[in-house]
Amino acid sequence: MTGDITLLGYGVSTIGPAIAVGLIFAAYINGVARQPEAQGKLQPIAILGFALAEALAIFGLVLFFIAYFTG
Amino acid sequence: MTAAGLVLPMAGEGSHFPPTPGDFWQPLFAIPGTEYYFTRPMALVAIAAVTLMVWLHLTTRRAAIVPGKGQWLTEQVYNFARNGIARDMIGSKDFMPFVPFLFSLFVFILLNNLFGIIPPFQNPAMARIGFPIGLTLLVYVVYHWVGLRKKGSVGAYLGGMLPSGLPGWIKPFILFLELITFFITRPLTLALRLFGNMFAGHMLLVVFIVGGWYLFRTFEPGLMLVAIPAWLLGVALTVFEGLIQFLQAYVFTLLAASYIGGALADEH
Repeated sequence: MTGDITLLGYGVSTIGPAIAVGLIFAAYINGVARQPEAQGKLQPIAILGFALAEALAIFGLVLFFIAYFTG
Repeated sequence: MTAAGLVLPMAGEGSHFPPTPGDFWQPLFAIPGTEYYFTRPMALVAIAAVTLMVWLHLTTRRAAIVPGKGQWLTEQVYNFARNGIARDMIGSKDFMPFVPFLFSLFVFILLNNLFGIIPPFQNPAMARIGFPIGLTLLVYVVYHWVGLRKKGSVGAYLGGMLPSGLPGWIKPFILFLELITFFITRPLTLALRLFGNMFAGHMLLVVFIVGGWYLFRTFEPGLMLVAIPAWLLGVALTVFEGLIQFLQAYVFTLLAASYIGGALADEH
């Protein structure tokens, strides 16, 4: 079996952002459950945090491509 | 290309798994007199722009106080971009000048992303890194420009990046970090996030749908059975992609608005 270890590296690197996104939405759901009228205020903040945490996974994807096609 | 043959060994020669950069080079025709080509994503972007122009023109041409169906839809989308994105992120005082920019960004990215799952197109143009970079450059210039104009001078603009109440010795370090954030991290993540999501989503659909076809084509009963759940998942993931595509258009515009809002804010 042949392959490239960077592929596995990218898989591993998604664990961190995945946990982060989970934590963000857990906090968001908690907040809305406690105070439903705050949903409008919390939603952009949650999406913003989600986007920022997800950026790390996207970096991983791009670095994988760089390593894959140059290495 | 070290992983060729890892993904689907039975596909054999001439397979598109895994795809190479050559698979994404889809020229339609050469532009006469130059060495450049008119490519498929360029055509998609042009179609999206024309579609949006026609849609916005037709639905707002005879704007009535009691809106019809078309005008109602346009107003919903506009309200979403105006109130949900621009006003929330920039603040109710000076968000109005940026509404046309943010609204255009939102509908343009949204339609281009949705082209990824609309049958005759099936290809999000934003999965080519050049298009997100172009859009990000627009945002980049706008938020630095409004920040500079608001603060009046380069020194005041840089000073505005610092939180107030810092001890003097730490200011250079924080300024350094803020400079990296403003000039490198923000545009880089903005462009890469849109590109990465669209590209990864497109690849995911390709793996399940075309991969299912490769499995089916082997004409071995076991593999043909596996192809059916692969296609079912392809359908489910298409719906999921639609959600992601909307979310990414929203996130791009939301972040653009938050950068503009940050540049306009009096305090850090």
